[in-house]
Amino acid sequence: MSLLKRIIPCLDVDKGRVVKGVKYVDHVDCGNPVEVAQLYDAQEADEVTFLDITASHEERGILLDVVSETAETVFMPLTVGGGVRSLQDIRDLLNAGADKVSIMTAAVRDPDLVADAAAKIGSANLVLAIDARMATDADGRPRAGHWEVCTHGGRRPTGIDAVEWAARMAEAGAGEILLTSMDRDGTKSGYDLELLRAVADRVSVPVVASGGGGRAEDLAAALSDGEAGGHAQAALAASIFHFGETTVGEVKTTLLGMGIPVRPPSPHASKQRASGGR
Amino acid sequence: MDSAARVALVDYGAGNLRSVAKALERSGLRVEVTDSPAAVAAADGVVLPGAGAFADSLENLRGRGLEEAIKASIAKGRPYLGLCVGMQVLFDEGEEHGLTPGFGIFGGRVERFPEKDTGGRRLRVPQIGWNEVHFRGEHPMIAHLPERDHYYFVHSYRPVPTEPSVVTGTCDYGGNFAAAVANPSVFAVQFHPEKSQHAGKRLLDAYRRWVEESR
Repeated sequence: MSLLKRIIPCLDVDKGRVVKGVKYVDHVDCGNPVEVAQLYDAQEADEVTFLDITASHEERGILLDVVSETAETVFMPLTVGGGVRSLQDIRDLLNAGADKVSIMTAAVRDPDLVADAAAKIGSANLVLAIDARMATDADGRPRAGHWEVCTHGGRRPTGIDAVEWAARMAEAGAGEILLTSMDRDGTKSGYDLELLRAVADRVSVPVVASGGGGRAEDLAAALSDGEAGGHAQAALAASIFHFGETTVGEVKTTLLGMGIPVRPPSPHASKQRASGGR
Repeated sequence: MDSAARVALVDYGAGNLRSVAKALERSGLRVEVTDSPAAVAAADGVVLPGAGAFADSLENLRGRGLEEAIKASIAKGRPYLGLCVGMQVLFDEGEEHGLTPGFGIFGGRVERFPEKDTGGRRLRVPQIGWNEVHFRGEHPMIAHLPERDHYYFVHSYRPVPTEPSVVTGTCDYGGNFAAAVANPSVFAVQFHPEKSQHAGKRLLDAYRRWVEESR
Protein backbone atom coordinates (compact mmCIF):
# COMPACT_ATOMS: atom_id res chain seq x y z
CA MET A 1 0.00 0.00 0.00
CA SER A 2 1.00 3.56 -0.38
CA LEU A 3 -0.45 7.01 0.14
CA LEU A 4 -4.26 6.99 0.09
CA LYS A 5 -6.58 9.36 -1.75
CA ARG A 6 -8.39 11.84 0.48
CA ILE A 7 -12.07 12.77 0.87
CA ILE A 8 -12.47 16.33 2.15
CA PRO A 9 -15.76 17.94 3.15
CA CYS A 10 -15.56 21.67 2.46
CA LEU A 11 -17.28 24.21 4.69
CA ASP A 12 -17.93 27.65 3.24
CA VAL A 13 -18.02 29.89 6.30
CA ASP A 14 -19.79 33.27 6.29
CA LYS A 15 -19.67 35.33 9.48
CA GLY A 16 -19.16 32.21 11.57
CA ARG A 17 -21.85 30.02 9.93
CA VAL A 18 -21.55 27.24 7.37
CA VAL A 19 -23.40 28.16 4.18
CA LYS A 20 -23.73 26.51 0.82
CA GLY A 21 -24.77 28.04 -2.44
CA VAL A 22 -24.97 27.13 -6.09
CA LYS A 23 -22.35 28.95 -8.16
CA TYR A 24 -21.67 31.27 -5.21
CA VAL A 25 -25.24 32.57 -4.88
CA ASP A 26 -28.41 31.44 -3.02
CA HIS A 27 -26.74 30.60 0.27
CA VAL A 28 -28.44 28.19 2.66
CA ASP A 29 -27.45 27.99 6.33
CA CYS A 30 -25.82 24.64 7.11
CA GLY A 31 -24.91 25.09 10.77
CA ASN A 32 -22.14 25.93 13.22
CA PRO A 33 -18.75 25.17 11.62
CA VAL A 34 -17.25 23.67 14.78
CA GLU A 35 -20.16 21.25 15.11
CA VAL A 36 -20.18 20.43 11.41
CA ALA A 37 -16.41 19.76 11.54
CA GLN A 38 -16.95 17.51 14.56
CA LEU A 39 -19.55 15.53 12.65
CA TYR A 40 -17.20 15.02 9.69
CA ASP A 41 -14.45 14.04 12.09
CA ALA A 42 -16.82 11.42 13.52
CA GLN A 43 -17.55 10.26 9.95
CA GLU A 44 -13.75 9.90 9.53
CA ALA A 45 -13.24 12.47 6.83
CA ASP A 46 -9.56 12.61 5.87
CA GLU A 47 -9.41 16.41 6.32
CA VAL A 48 -11.83 19.30 6.46
CA THR A 49 -11.44 22.61 4.67
CA PHE A 50 -12.89 25.93 5.82
CA LEU A 51 -13.25 28.60 3.16
CA ASP A 52 -14.11 31.98 4.63
CA ILE A 53 -16.45 33.84 2.32
CA THR A 54 -17.23 36.66 4.76
CA ALA A 55 -17.37 39.77 2.64
CA SER A 56 -16.74 42.45 5.25
CA HIS A 57 -13.24 42.83 6.58
CA GLU A 58 -14.44 43.74 10.10
CA GLU A 59 -16.13 40.39 10.59
CA ARG A 60 -13.26 38.25 9.35
CA GLY A 61 -11.77 37.89 12.84
CA ILE A 62 -14.66 35.54 13.65
CA LEU A 63 -12.96 32.87 11.56
CA LEU A 64 -9.89 32.77 13.83
CA ASP A 65 -12.11 31.84 16.78
CA VAL A 66 -13.84 29.16 14.71
CA VAL A 67 -10.45 27.72 13.72
CA SER A 68 -9.15 27.70 17.32
CA GLU A 69 -12.25 26.06 18.68
CA THR A 70 -12.20 23.45 15.92
CA ALA A 71 -8.51 22.68 16.40
CA GLU A 72 -9.08 22.09 20.10
CA THR A 73 -11.88 19.61 19.65
CA VAL A 74 -11.25 17.84 16.35
CA PHE A 75 -8.20 15.61 15.90
CA MET A 76 -8.01 15.75 12.15
CA PRO A 77 -6.24 17.93 9.59
CA LEU A 78 -7.74 21.34 8.95
CA THR A 79 -7.12 23.55 5.91
CA VAL A 80 -8.29 27.16 5.99
CA GLY A 81 -8.55 29.67 3.17
CA GLY A 82 -10.58 32.56 1.82
CA GLY A 83 -9.51 36.18 2.00
CA VAL A 84 -5.94 35.40 3.08
CA ARG A 85 -3.98 38.48 2.03
CA SER A 86 -0.55 38.41 3.60
CA LEU A 87 2.12 36.38 5.33
CA GLN A 88 0.71 37.70 8.61
CA ASP A 89 -2.75 36.33 7.75
CA ILE A 90 -1.15 32.94 7.04
CA ARG A 91 0.72 32.99 10.35
CA ASP A 92 -2.43 34.02 12.25
CA LEU A 93 -4.37 31.08 10.83
CA LEU A 94 -1.56 28.59 11.51
CA ASN A 95 -1.27 29.93 15.06
CA ALA A 96 -5.02 29.57 15.50
CA GLY A 97 -4.69 25.87 14.65
CA ALA A 98 -4.93 25.50 10.88
CA ASP A 99 -2.63 22.80 9.50
CA LYS A 100 -2.59 24.24 6.00
CA VAL A 101 -3.54 27.66 4.70
CA SER A 102 -4.71 28.33 1.17
CA ILE A 103 -4.25 31.56 -0.72
CA MET A 104 -5.79 32.63 -4.01
CA THR A 105 -6.46 36.27 -4.93
CA ALA A 106 -3.46 37.53 -2.95
CA ALA A 107 -1.16 35.29 -5.00
CA VAL A 108 -2.55 36.71 -8.24
CA ARG A 109 -2.04 40.23 -6.93
CA ASP A 110 1.45 39.50 -5.62
CA PRO A 111 3.00 36.43 -7.27
CA ASP A 112 6.01 36.65 -4.90
CA LEU A 113 3.80 35.95 -1.88
CA VAL A 114 3.91 32.18 -2.42
CA ALA A 115 7.71 32.08 -2.62
CA ASP A 116 8.05 34.36 0.43
CA ALA A 117 5.57 32.33 2.46
CA ALA A 118 7.14 29.02 1.43
CA ALA A 119 10.56 30.25 2.53
CA LYS A 120 9.16 31.23 5.95
CA ILE A 121 6.69 28.49 6.77
CA GLY A 122 7.63 25.73 4.33
CA SER A 123 5.73 24.37 1.35
CA ALA A 124 3.95 21.52 3.07
CA ASN A 125 1.49 23.84 4.85
CA LEU A 126 0.91 26.18 1.94
CA VAL A 127 -1.93 25.58 -0.53
CA LEU A 128 -2.56 27.55 -3.69
CA ALA A 129 -6.27 27.74 -4.51
CA ILE A 130 -7.30 28.29 -8.12
CA ASP A 131 -10.80 29.09 -9.32
CA ALA A 132 -10.71 28.21 -13.01
CA ARG A 133 -13.25 28.45 -15.77
CA MET A 134 -13.16 27.57 -19.41
CA ALA A 135 -11.47 30.34 -21.40
CA THR A 136 -13.29 32.06 -24.23
CA ASP A 137 -11.97 33.71 -27.39
CA ALA A 138 -12.58 37.32 -28.45
CA ASP A 139 -16.05 36.40 -29.70
CA GLY A 140 -16.99 34.71 -26.45
CA ARG A 141 -16.68 31.18 -27.84
CA PRO A 142 -15.27 28.57 -25.43
CA ARG A 143 -11.68 27.52 -26.08
CA ALA A 144 -11.66 23.79 -25.37
CA GLY A 145 -8.68 22.65 -23.31
CA HIS A 146 -7.99 26.15 -21.97
CA TRP A 147 -8.99 27.53 -18.59
CA GLU A 148 -8.43 30.89 -17.03
CA VAL A 149 -7.90 31.88 -13.42
CA CYS A 150 -10.73 33.88 -11.80
CA THR A 151 -10.66 35.80 -8.53
CA HIS A 152 -13.24 37.35 -6.21
CA GLY A 153 -15.40 34.26 -5.86
CA GLY A 154 -15.18 33.48 -9.54
CA ARG A 155 -16.54 36.85 -10.65
CA ARG A 156 -13.35 38.39 -11.96
CA PRO A 157 -11.50 36.71 -14.85
CA THR A 158 -7.77 37.45 -14.95
CA GLY A 159 -6.76 36.14 -18.36
CA ILE A 160 -4.11 33.96 -16.66
CA ASP A 161 -3.91 30.39 -17.97
CA ALA A 162 -4.86 28.11 -15.07
CA VAL A 163 -2.51 25.23 -15.95
CA GLU A 164 0.48 27.52 -16.36
CA TRP A 165 -0.41 29.34 -13.16
CA ALA A 166 -0.57 26.08 -11.20
CA ALA A 167 2.83 25.05 -12.56
CA ARG A 168 4.39 28.42 -11.79
CA MET A 169 3.06 28.55 -8.23
CA ALA A 170 4.05 24.93 -7.48
CA GLU A 171 7.53 25.82 -8.68
CA ALA A 172 7.49 28.89 -6.41
CA GLY A 173 6.72 26.74 -3.37
CA ALA A 174 2.99 26.00 -3.10
CA GLY A 175 2.78 22.51 -1.59
CA GLU A 176 -0.67 21.68 -2.91
CA ILE A 177 -3.13 22.94 -5.53
CA LEU A 178 -6.81 23.28 -4.61
CA LEU A 179 -8.43 23.40 -8.03
CA THR A 180 -12.06 24.50 -8.34
CA SER A 181 -13.95 24.43 -11.61
CA MET A 182 -16.20 27.49 -11.64
CA ASP A 183 -18.16 25.94 -14.49
CA ARG A 184 -19.07 22.98 -12.28
CA ASP A 185 -19.13 24.43 -8.76
CA GLY A 186 -22.40 23.72 -7.00
CA THR A 187 -23.87 21.95 -10.04
CA LYS A 188 -23.30 18.38 -8.85
CA SER A 189 -22.72 17.44 -12.50
CA GLY A 190 -19.29 15.92 -11.86
CA TYR A 191 -15.78 17.41 -11.63
CA ASP A 192 -14.11 18.90 -14.70
CA LEU A 193 -11.89 15.89 -15.34
CA GLU A 194 -10.10 17.43 -18.29
CA LEU A 195 -9.07 20.45 -16.21
CA LEU A 196 -8.00 18.28 -13.28
CA ARG A 197 -5.94 16.00 -15.48
CA ALA A 198 -4.27 18.93 -17.23
CA VAL A 199 -3.15 20.42 -13.91
CA ALA A 200 -2.38 17.16 -12.06
CA ASP A 201 -0.22 15.91 -14.94
CA ARG A 202 1.64 19.20 -15.10
CA VAL A 203 2.59 19.71 -11.44
CA SER A 204 4.59 17.57 -8.99
CA VAL A 205 2.57 18.52 -5.92
CA PRO A 206 -0.77 17.03 -4.80
CA VAL A 207 -3.95 18.33 -6.46
CA VAL A 208 -7.31 18.60 -4.68
CA ALA A 209 -10.34 18.38 -6.99
CA SER A 210 -13.20 20.77 -6.28
CA GLY A 211 -16.41 21.86 -7.98
CA GLY A 212 -19.12 19.57 -9.23
CA GLY A 213 -18.97 16.52 -6.95
CA GLY A 214 -22.52 15.17 -6.74
CA ARG A 215 -22.14 11.42 -6.29
CA ALA A 216 -19.51 8.96 -5.08
CA GLU A 217 -18.94 8.07 -8.75
CA ASP A 218 -17.92 11.68 -9.44
CA LEU A 219 -15.33 11.57 -6.66
CA ALA A 220 -14.07 8.25 -8.02
CA ALA A 221 -13.63 9.76 -11.48
CA ALA A 222 -11.73 12.77 -10.09
CA LEU A 223 -9.42 10.51 -8.08
CA SER A 224 -8.90 7.89 -10.78
CA ASP A 225 -5.37 7.60 -12.20
CA GLY A 226 -6.79 5.96 -15.34
CA GLU A 227 -6.64 7.57 -18.77
CA ALA A 228 -10.05 9.25 -18.43
CA GLY A 229 -9.69 10.06 -14.70
CA GLY A 230 -8.90 13.36 -13.03
CA HIS A 231 -5.58 12.11 -11.57
CA ALA A 232 -6.27 14.12 -8.38
CA GLN A 233 -4.94 13.14 -4.95
CA ALA A 234 -7.96 14.38 -3.01
CA ALA A 235 -11.57 15.29 -3.71
CA LEU A 236 -13.43 18.06 -1.97
CA ALA A 237 -17.21 18.10 -1.76
CA ALA A 238 -19.77 20.14 0.13
CA SER A 239 -23.46 19.77 -0.71
CA ILE A 240 -23.56 15.97 -0.77
CA PHE A 241 -22.32 15.90 2.83
CA HIS A 242 -23.94 19.06 4.25
CA PHE A 243 -27.43 18.17 3.11
CA GLY A 244 -27.14 14.65 4.48
CA GLU A 245 -27.39 12.95 1.10
CA THR A 246 -24.52 10.70 2.10
CA THR A 247 -21.72 10.31 4.61
CA VAL A 248 -17.96 10.16 4.20
CA GLY A 249 -18.10 6.49 5.19
CA GLU A 250 -20.67 5.63 2.52
CA VAL A 251 -18.69 7.44 -0.14
CA LYS A 252 -15.51 5.63 0.89
CA THR A 253 -17.19 2.25 0.83
CA THR A 254 -18.35 2.94 -2.74
CA LEU A 255 -14.89 4.18 -3.75
CA LEU A 256 -13.20 1.10 -2.31
CA GLY A 257 -15.61 -1.03 -4.33
CA MET A 258 -14.53 0.87 -7.44
CA GLY A 259 -10.85 0.26 -6.71
CA ILE A 260 -9.97 3.77 -5.50
CA PRO A 261 -7.53 3.49 -2.57
CA VAL A 262 -9.02 5.43 0.34
CA ARG A 263 -8.72 4.92 4.10
CA PRO A 264 -11.47 2.43 4.95
CA PRO A 265 -14.08 3.51 7.51
CA SER A 266 -13.19 2.04 10.91
CA PRO A 267 -15.76 0.42 13.23
CA HIS A 268 -15.82 3.79 15.05
CA ALA A 269 -17.01 5.76 12.00
CA SER A 270 -20.26 7.63 12.62
CA LYS A 271 -23.14 6.92 10.23
CA GLN A 272 -24.98 10.04 11.32
CA ARG A 273 -25.75 12.38 8.44
CA ALA A 274 -25.42 16.14 8.41
CA SER A 275 -28.68 18.06 8.45
CA GLY A 276 -27.80 21.32 6.75
CA GLY A 277 -30.57 23.37 5.21
CA ARG A 278 -33.30 21.66 7.23
CA MET B 1 -6.35 11.89 38.89
CA ASP B 2 -3.71 14.12 40.42
CA SER B 3 -1.06 11.42 40.10
CA ALA B 4 -1.33 11.67 36.31
CA ALA B 5 2.01 11.58 34.54
CA ARG B 6 3.21 15.02 33.54
CA VAL B 7 4.91 15.76 30.25
CA ALA B 8 6.62 18.88 28.96
CA LEU B 9 5.29 19.90 25.56
CA VAL B 10 8.15 21.94 24.19
CA ASP B 11 7.17 25.31 22.75
CA TYR B 12 10.04 26.57 20.61
CA GLY B 13 8.11 28.88 18.35
CA ALA B 14 7.02 26.19 15.91
CA GLY B 15 3.45 27.46 15.75
CA ASN B 16 0.28 26.13 17.27
CA LEU B 17 0.62 23.52 20.01
CA ARG B 18 -3.00 23.41 21.07
CA SER B 19 -3.93 20.37 19.00
CA VAL B 20 -1.00 18.42 20.41
CA ALA B 21 -1.72 19.55 23.97
CA LYS B 22 -5.40 18.66 23.72
CA ALA B 23 -4.64 15.29 22.15
CA LEU B 24 -2.17 14.41 24.94
CA GLU B 25 -4.68 15.49 27.58
CA ARG B 26 -7.34 13.36 25.91
CA SER B 27 -5.01 10.39 26.44
CA GLY B 28 -4.79 11.15 30.17
CA LEU B 29 -1.53 13.07 30.43
CA ARG B 30 -0.98 16.31 32.29
CA VAL B 31 0.63 18.70 29.85
CA GLU B 32 2.85 21.68 30.53
CA VAL B 33 3.46 23.79 27.45
CA THR B 34 6.88 25.28 28.08
CA ASP B 35 10.07 26.70 26.62
CA SER B 36 11.91 26.40 29.92
CA PRO B 37 14.85 23.96 30.22
CA ALA B 38 14.04 23.60 33.94
CA ALA B 39 10.48 22.52 33.21
CA VAL B 40 11.78 20.02 30.65
CA ALA B 41 14.18 18.66 33.28
CA ALA B 42 11.39 18.25 35.84
CA ALA B 43 8.85 16.48 33.61
CA ASP B 44 8.17 12.73 33.48
CA GLY B 45 8.48 12.84 29.70
CA VAL B 46 9.14 15.26 26.87
CA VAL B 47 7.07 15.76 23.73
CA LEU B 48 8.69 17.69 20.90
CA PRO B 49 6.16 18.62 18.23
CA GLY B 50 7.08 20.22 14.98
CA ALA B 51 6.13 21.97 11.84
CA GLY B 52 8.47 24.13 9.86
CA ALA B 53 12.00 23.93 8.62
CA PHE B 54 14.78 21.84 10.16
CA ALA B 55 17.34 24.68 10.35
CA ASP B 56 14.94 27.17 11.99
CA SER B 57 13.77 24.55 14.47
CA LEU B 58 17.31 23.75 15.59
CA GLU B 59 18.16 27.43 15.90
CA ASN B 60 15.08 28.05 18.05
CA LEU B 61 15.74 25.02 20.27
CA ARG B 62 19.40 25.93 20.80
CA GLY B 63 18.63 29.62 21.32
CA ARG B 64 16.40 28.65 24.26
CA GLY B 65 18.93 26.23 25.78
CA LEU B 66 16.55 23.34 25.15
CA GLU B 67 18.86 20.92 23.35
CA GLU B 68 20.85 20.08 26.48
CA ALA B 69 17.74 19.81 28.66
CA ILE B 70 16.05 17.46 26.20
CA LYS B 71 19.17 15.32 25.83
CA ALA B 72 19.58 15.15 29.61
CA SER B 73 15.96 14.02 30.02
CA ILE B 74 16.47 11.30 27.40
CA ALA B 75 19.72 10.22 29.09
CA LYS B 76 17.79 9.73 32.34
CA GLY B 77 15.50 7.31 30.53
CA ARG B 78 12.46 9.57 30.50
CA PRO B 79 10.19 8.81 27.55
CA TYR B 80 10.64 11.22 24.65
CA LEU B 81 8.00 11.47 21.96
CA GLY B 82 9.04 13.26 18.78
CA LEU B 83 6.50 14.35 16.19
CA CYS B 84 7.46 15.29 12.61
CA VAL B 85 10.29 17.84 13.00
CA GLY B 86 10.51 16.56 16.60
CA MET B 87 11.70 13.30 15.04
CA GLN B 88 13.92 14.89 12.42
CA VAL B 89 16.01 16.97 14.88
CA LEU B 90 17.23 13.77 16.56
CA PHE B 91 19.39 12.90 13.53
CA ASP B 92 22.96 13.94 12.70
CA GLU B 93 22.02 16.61 10.22
CA GLY B 94 19.34 18.01 7.94
CA GLU B 95 19.61 19.40 4.42
CA GLU B 96 16.58 21.75 4.44
CA HIS B 97 17.79 25.36 3.90
CA GLY B 98 21.46 24.33 3.99
CA LEU B 99 23.16 21.54 5.94
CA THR B 100 22.47 21.98 9.68
CA PRO B 101 23.64 19.74 12.52
CA GLY B 102 20.91 18.02 14.54
CA PHE B 103 21.01 16.40 18.02
CA GLY B 104 22.97 13.41 16.73
CA ILE B 105 21.04 10.88 18.81
CA PHE B 106 20.47 8.83 15.65
CA GLY B 107 22.92 8.55 12.77
CA GLY B 108 21.75 9.79 9.39
CA ARG B 109 20.57 12.77 7.44
CA VAL B 110 17.14 14.33 6.95
CA GLU B 111 16.67 14.50 3.18
CA ARG B 112 14.01 15.64 0.76
CA PHE B 113 11.96 12.92 -0.91
CA PRO B 114 13.38 12.02 -4.33
CA GLU B 115 11.64 13.33 -7.45
CA LYS B 116 10.99 9.80 -8.72
CA ASP B 117 9.75 6.69 -6.98
CA THR B 118 11.62 3.37 -7.08
CA GLY B 119 9.80 2.54 -10.33
CA GLY B 120 10.97 5.76 -12.03
CA ARG B 121 7.54 7.44 -11.84
CA ARG B 122 7.08 11.01 -10.67
CA LEU B 123 6.71 11.32 -6.91
CA ARG B 124 4.55 14.19 -5.68
CA VAL B 125 6.28 16.15 -2.92
CA PRO B 126 5.16 16.99 -0.25
CA GLN B 127 3.53 13.76 0.84
CA ILE B 128 0.14 14.91 2.13
CA GLY B 129 -2.43 12.51 3.50
CA TRP B 130 -2.99 9.17 5.18
CA ASN B 131 -0.52 6.36 4.77
CA GLU B 132 0.00 3.02 6.46
CA VAL B 133 2.80 2.47 8.97
CA HIS B 134 4.08 -1.02 9.78
CA PHE B 135 5.56 -1.30 13.25
CA ARG B 136 8.26 -3.78 14.21
CA GLY B 137 10.85 -4.50 16.84
CA GLU B 138 10.88 -4.37 20.62
CA HIS B 139 9.77 -1.23 22.36
CA PRO B 140 7.41 -0.47 25.25
CA MET B 141 5.21 1.48 22.78
CA ILE B 142 5.04 -1.26 20.18
CA ALA B 143 3.41 -3.70 22.57
CA HIS B 144 0.36 -1.42 22.72
CA LEU B 145 0.05 -0.60 19.01
CA PRO B 146 -1.51 -2.59 16.20
CA GLU B 147 0.98 -4.10 13.77
CA ARG B 148 -0.16 -1.53 11.19
CA ASP B 149 -2.26 1.63 11.30
CA HIS B 150 -3.04 4.65 9.11
CA TYR B 151 -1.68 8.07 10.11
CA TYR B 152 -1.71 11.56 8.65
CA PHE B 153 1.51 12.83 7.06
CA VAL B 154 2.39 16.26 5.71
CA HIS B 155 6.10 16.62 4.87
CA SER B 156 8.67 17.03 2.13
CA TYR B 157 11.65 15.72 4.11
CA ARG B 158 12.27 12.51 6.03
CA PRO B 159 15.23 11.03 7.90
CA VAL B 160 17.41 8.41 6.25
CA PRO B 161 18.93 6.52 9.22
CA THR B 162 22.38 4.98 8.85
CA GLU B 163 21.52 2.22 11.31
CA PRO B 164 18.48 0.18 10.17
CA SER B 165 17.92 -1.27 13.65
CA VAL B 166 16.59 2.07 14.97
CA VAL B 167 13.69 1.95 12.51
CA THR B 168 10.60 0.77 14.35
CA GLY B 169 7.98 1.81 11.79
CA THR B 170 8.14 1.86 8.01
CA CYS B 171 5.92 3.49 5.43
CA ASP B 172 5.90 3.38 1.62
CA TYR B 173 6.07 6.63 -0.31
CA GLY B 174 8.08 6.18 -3.46
CA GLY B 175 9.81 3.36 -1.56
CA ASN B 176 10.00 2.48 2.11
CA PHE B 177 11.11 5.18 4.51
CA ALA B 178 11.54 5.41 8.29
CA ALA B 179 8.19 6.63 9.66
CA ALA B 180 9.14 5.80 13.26
CA VAL B 181 12.47 5.39 15.03
CA ALA B 182 13.16 4.40 18.62
CA ASN B 183 15.70 3.63 21.29
CA PRO B 184 14.98 2.66 24.91
CA SER B 185 13.94 6.19 25.87
CA VAL B 186 12.87 7.63 22.50
CA PHE B 187 9.89 7.03 20.23
CA ALA B 188 9.72 9.44 17.33
CA VAL B 189 7.41 9.52 14.33
CA GLN B 190 7.28 11.43 11.05
CA PHE B 191 3.48 11.59 11.06
CA HIS B 192 0.99 13.55 13.19
CA PRO B 193 -0.81 11.43 15.81
CA GLU B 194 -2.60 14.58 17.01
CA LYS B 195 -4.25 14.73 13.58
CA SER B 196 -4.79 11.01 13.10
CA GLN B 197 -8.16 10.46 14.75
CA HIS B 198 -8.48 7.04 16.47
CA ALA B 199 -5.12 5.73 15.28
CA GLY B 200 -3.48 8.82 16.75
CA LYS B 201 -5.27 8.33 20.04
CA ARG B 202 -4.08 4.72 20.21
CA LEU B 203 -0.50 5.91 19.82
CA LEU B 204 -0.81 8.68 22.40
CA ASP B 205 -2.52 6.26 24.81
CA ALA B 206 0.48 3.96 24.38
CA TYR B 207 2.78 6.90 25.12
CA ARG B 208 0.86 7.76 28.30
CA ARG B 209 1.22 4.14 29.46
CA TRP B 210 4.94 4.19 28.69
CA VAL B 211 5.44 7.42 30.66
CA GLU B 212 3.50 5.99 33.62
CA GLU B 213 5.51 2.76 33.57
CA SER B 214 8.80 4.68 33.41
CA ARG B 215 8.23 6.88 36.46
